[in-house]
Amino acid sequence: MSSVALEFDGVWKKFRKGERYDSLRDLIPATIKQVLSRNHRDELKAREFWALKDVSFQIKRGEAVGVIGFNGSGKSTTLKLLSGILKATRGKVNVNGKLSALIEVAAGFHPDLTGRENIYLNGTILGMRKPEIDRKLEEIVDFSGLEEFIDTPVKRYSSGMYARLGFSVAAHVDPDILLVDEVLSVGDMSFQQRCIDKMKEKIRSDVAVIFISHNLPAVANLCNRAIFLNRGNLVLDGPCETAIQAYVEAMGSWDSRANSEDRIRITDAQFSIGGRQKHSTMKPHTPCELAVVFECESRLPPFNVGFTVRRTQDMSYCYATTTQELGHPLFELLPGERLAVLFQFNAHLARGHYRLDLTVRDPKGVEVLLAANGVTSFSVDEQVTSHGPADLALKANILNPDVHDKTARRMQGTDFCETQ
Amino acid sequence: MIGAAKELIQYKHLLFTLTWREIRIRYKETVMGFLWAIFMPVLVVVSGLVVRKAFSVVSGKPIEYTELISVVVKSLPWAFFAGSIRTATNSLLTNSNLVTKIYFPREVFPFSSVLTHLFDFAVAGSLLVILIAFSGLSVGVQILWLPLLLLLLILLTAGWALFLSCATLFFRDVKYIVEIVMTFGILFTPVFYDVSMFAEWRYVLLLNPVGTLLEAINDVVVLNRAPDPFWLLYAAIWALGSFLGAWLIFEKAEPVFAESI
Repeated sequence: MSSVALEFDGVWKKFRKGERYDSLRDLIPATIKQVLSRNHRDELKAREFWALKDVSFQIKRGEAVGVIGFNGSGKSTTLKLLSGILKATRGKVNVNGKLSALIEVAAGFHPDLTGRENIYLNGTILGMRKPEIDRKLEEIVDFSGLEEFIDTPVKRYSSGMYARLGFSVAAHVDPDILLVDEVLSVGDMSFQQRCIDKMKEKIRSDVAVIFISHNLPAVANLCNRAIFLNRGNLVLDGPCETAIQAYVEAMGSWDSRANSEDRIRITDAQFSIGGRQKHSTMKPHTPCELAVVFECESRLPPFNVGFTVRRTQDMSYCYATTTQELGHPLFELLPGERLAVLFQFNAHLARGHYRLDLTVRDPKGVEVLLAANGVTSFSVDEQVTSHGPADLALKANILNPDVHDKTARRMQGTDFCETQ
Repeated sequence: MIGAAKELIQYKHLLFTLTWREIRIRYKETVMGFLWAIFMPVLVVVSGLVVRKAFSVVSGKPIEYTELISVVVKSLPWAFFAGSIRTATNSLLTNSNLVTKIYFPREVFPFSSVLTHLFDFAVAGSLLVILIAFSGLSVGVQILWLPLLLLLLILLTAGWALFLSCATLFFRDVKYIVEIVMTFGILFTPVFYDVSMFAEWRYVLLLNPVGTLLEAINDVVVLNRAPDPFWLLYAAIWALGSFLGAWLIFEKAEPVFAESI
């Protein structure tokens, strides 16, 4: 079998907007009308639109690829084309191997059947055979953590239990290709962790995984590569970080489009690291300053300024506060007046690329007056590998030196690999 | 077509599991339990007996024992046909969450509806065998035709099940039409009566392939005579034609199911 598990070759997919004649009662008069006037055809054609435009990519076995993009960018369409639910209007979709989709994992459940019966039912729907399910039953029940309730009809389950059982079944199918659509959001933290571990295990066992999610940290964590789709176009296919960054940039341009209706704007923003401007890379814990000037364009309600730092790799929050929370009263500006703010902070941040957002908000009306996303961005460079956004400057001091020596001796000559 | 059939064989476990699901749900948590299987046939039989009684009052002839058996013999296949068609027509819609989410041959839905009712038919049929055994009706060699006739009935049912399940997906009012046709269809089909009662008009009634098959089943089981070859051929063409034609249509339409539902 070739190592290419999935291939999209110049795929186009057309959908129709609006209502369709879905009953004979509507269709028959409409057809008669159409035959008589002959002009209605074009009107219908005009409502078609392309959900995917000339999208091509390849995914090899053992690769995990994230698909990211805004709502309506064609992610789920891509997945449905891959699973064979939809057919491409133009172009070719090649699937090499047994494919299994984790899309709405509890779709096949029947509320009147017990958990155990539903495992068999859903397992079969997902392509497993009865002996296979028999063999894995215990493991599936274990994974779901629902031993106690397994002989209860699932209509008595909570929605979390429902989804957990669904995922547990789906996670035990052995496909060559696994499609995952936003299902990791089920269950509590420990269950989510178990799901992520399970998926990593699959990737290691040479399964091609395609993962659709808005959860950027999860994409960055699971995938080796990401595809960024925007309005049906493949914008970028590359390393996760690059794709996520492109997505983030597109997102910035999305909600802070230079808007002439803005009642307040930023006339000047100066960012300096350790006293030096025009620099964007620093060591952790470096003091930074951001000087901003706001100018009021037209009448404004009293407002505060929100300050947010996000890691662009996955858009996770690192820090957020507002001037109000810092103890300042609300600002009031008249048209033409200016407000200058100097933000000072120490970047206790781990290695990575960060984005700084400023938000002018009216706390009473809960209205965003100005969203300056990515008013500046910077990178933190550090030798030490760590995970998570904070840099605690952690050191591990070994207090009894004999253990250290012994361990060091034992490790010599063995091919010990550092585990994360 | 051959590809679709191969794929269906690959997914036969799913077909059986879905059938098992339907049967399981129906017999679970319902007070009537297994009585479900014979509820509809019994109702049809009883109404048949009422109609027969009326015939006998009007004509002044007493009801014959074979006539009663013949009502039962024709009621069961009718109940199978009508039940399958009713369930199958809605089968894709009621499973729309699966149709739009997971890939497998969609034929399994209408087919599993037919299989579910075939199960009920088998349960009711075994009761009928007991009834016939006690009635002292002598069943002759012509009964050997029965498997062929049942096969044709199943093919005909499956064909219409496929076609109507698919049509409902595109035109929602099809299910109302089916409901009405199935309710009154029994009056146009020789279930309560025999076509022979209509003398030369009987051919009009035999045009309905279900009626043709019911008459043939009655012939071989109750009257112990071979079915009329011309009408048997007619029914066979209908059955095979419906089955193959409907499957072709179904296969053509299947790629757009998920976006049309």
